Amino acid sequence: MKLIILENYSQASEWAAKYIRNRIVQFGPGPGRFFTLGLPTGLPRDHPESYHSFMWNNFFKHVDISPENVHILDGNAPDLQAECDAFEEKIKAAGGIELFVGGIGPDGHIAFNEPGSSLVSRTRVKTLAMDTILANARFFDGDLSKVPTMALTVGVGTVMDAREVMILITGAHKAFALYKAIEDGVNHMWTVSAFQQHPNTVFVCDEDATLELKVKTVKYFKGLMLVHNKLVEPLYSMKEMGVERSQSKKPYSD
Amino acid sequence: MPSNKSVSDAPIVQFTNCRILRDHRLQREDLWVREGKILNPEKLFFDEKGSADVQLDCKDSIIAPGFIDVQINGGFGVDFSLATDDFKLGIDLVSQKILSHGVTSFCPTLVTSPPSVYHQVLPQISVRNGGAHGAGILGAHLEGPFISKEKKGAHPEHCLRTFEAGAFQDLLAIYGTLDCVQIVTLAPEMRRSSEVIQELTKRGICVSLGHSVANLSQAEEAVQHGATFITHLFNAMLPFHHRDPGIVGLLTSDKIPAGRRVFYGMISDGIHTNPAALRIAHRAHPKGLVLVTDAMAGMGLAPGRHTLGQQVVEIDGLNTYIAGTKTLSGSVATMDTCVRHFQEATGCSVETALEAASLHPAQLLGIEHRKGTLKYDSDADFLMLNESLYVQATYIAGEEVWRQDVSGM
Repeated sequence: MKLIILENYSQASEWAAKYIRNRIVQFGPGPGRFFTLGLPTGLPRDHPESYHSFMWNNFFKHVDISPENVHILDGNAPDLQAECDAFEEKIKAAGGIELFVGGIGPDGHIAFNEPGSSLVSRTRVKTLAMDTILANARFFDGDLSKVPTMALTVGVGTVMDAREVMILITGAHKAFALYKAIEDGVNHMWTVSAFQQHPNTVFVCDEDATLELKVKTVKYFKGLMLVHNKLVEPLYSMKEMGVERSQSKKPYSD
Repeated sequence: MPSNKSVSDAPIVQFTNCRILRDHRLQREDLWVREGKILNPEKLFFDEKGSADVQLDCKDSIIAPGFIDVQINGGFGVDFSLATDDFKLGIDLVSQKILSHGVTSFCPTLVTSPPSVYHQVLPQISVRNGGAHGAGILGAHLEGPFISKEKKGAHPEHCLRTFEAGAFQDLLAIYGTLDCVQIVTLAPEMRRSSEVIQELTKRGICVSLGHSVANLSQAEEAVQHGATFITHLFNAMLPFHHRDPGIVGLLTSDKIPAGRRVFYGMISDGIHTNPAALRIAHRAHPKGLVLVTDAMAGMGLAPGRHTLGQQVVEIDGLNTYIAGTKTLSGSVATMDTCVRHFQEATGCSVETALEAASLHPAQLLGIEHRKGTLKYDSDADFLMLNESLYVQATYIAGEEVWRQDVSGM
């Protein structure tokens, strides 16, 4: 695991964005060679705060992605399990997920894999925990009765199949979950802990999120920042890709 | 990028690198247009899996809805109140020229005239969409002849009329037809005005109060019967008095029916209203302010003498007077100058200034679902403006119909 500790939310976000950019550029995507970016699922389609609106406003409208290359789980599909199975097939067809980017809940869940979710689960319909419903209430005018109680989600196993996983954790309220995820054992009550068994995980967090970690852990990883920063500097661009590709290799491995 | 659209094959244009006026704010967003309407890019992306065919870089311009002028008597030598043989050519000329002022829709206005003029001219005005040929015509604005003698302003006294005998039938007889009429300005203190106002409102015609000596109660009664507009506030009406505010008092009246808003036209050319008065009106009732030019035939021409209906007027700089008098008569202001002057005089935001010339007139005429905004599915009539609110380009139904010459005027 690489644990990247930045000072605050903006710096953590910026580091993560640069890392993802470099990964995409160095991968050298092109016709027939897709960089498959995995993201956790969210709210139902029809709601104005829907995941589709969220993704459009925060990501898709700012980049030149082709709509055919966007696959979002459809919570309104007639046969939900078939929709989930088809999603797994689409991932396989795209060559597998190159990089999965997600956050964790205060209860340590990744995507909607709530405590107790199998660590080898696949994409499926999941009942949401009360914690998650409360957290989502802000999207429904604080009215708990309006918050959906089920969601389609990628499974822990689905994410483990990705070639690389990046988890973003910011804020003091996530500190305990981060502690459970990386300093305690692998446990299905804290599903993010499953990534201790993944060969390529990057945790990006801010100072507040480290509040429950051992000082020793924090000092160790902060000491590695000089090396970790080589992953985001220099910042590559697609135009320079031709020149850099011959020189691109990871500065070090886990 | 190839697009795969399931709804329509028409080309999709994406205007990028711009700030658009939407939801009362200037936002850094792209504007998408298809088949003459503003397109929702999110629906296009997810439902149709479509993308833009053409992307245009707007070089950080401001994109605002096209201006709507609801009071313009003519311009460039053309007088809408003169029944000439080439009247149609005249209206076409004006509608084409005002594109450079940012006006994409307008109401050709007729001042008080003899019935023969109305009978000859009105059938030649038709509601039509704008385009490369010129701004769209929303309908005629008939200012008079049912107005007050004391406040006739530049209108010819011998043509003034009343409707106390036959109310609405009298009005219809004078005008001949109401087919293409969008607004009628009248003085509400005239006998039987309530019936007339009700009848006009029933037919979807906007009734405006102006050229009147009405007191506040008479004005309020007119609003209760359906009047929704005030013609050039302050001009040609009794001045504000603290014990009887007159028509001006409508701006803060508490007798306006619920759910209705009274709009008021202001000629913000710096001449017709002192900037301090403009500020008072704006601060009292900002959401009702509608910028109008009240431009007459001399607009766009050199100083000198021109006609305004049955009168001769004289232009001297920005001032236009009845020849030989000091009575103001129409203006030579252009809509974009009015917008800039309004913004400077009141210190209001750019958004407010732009909305006073686009959203508010559209709301007045009840057409804001398709004009006056950049909402999805509304008509793609818009302007590209620079930081100082000078019009750089005018678009109607998504097509560029005018562009500022790079070399200058």
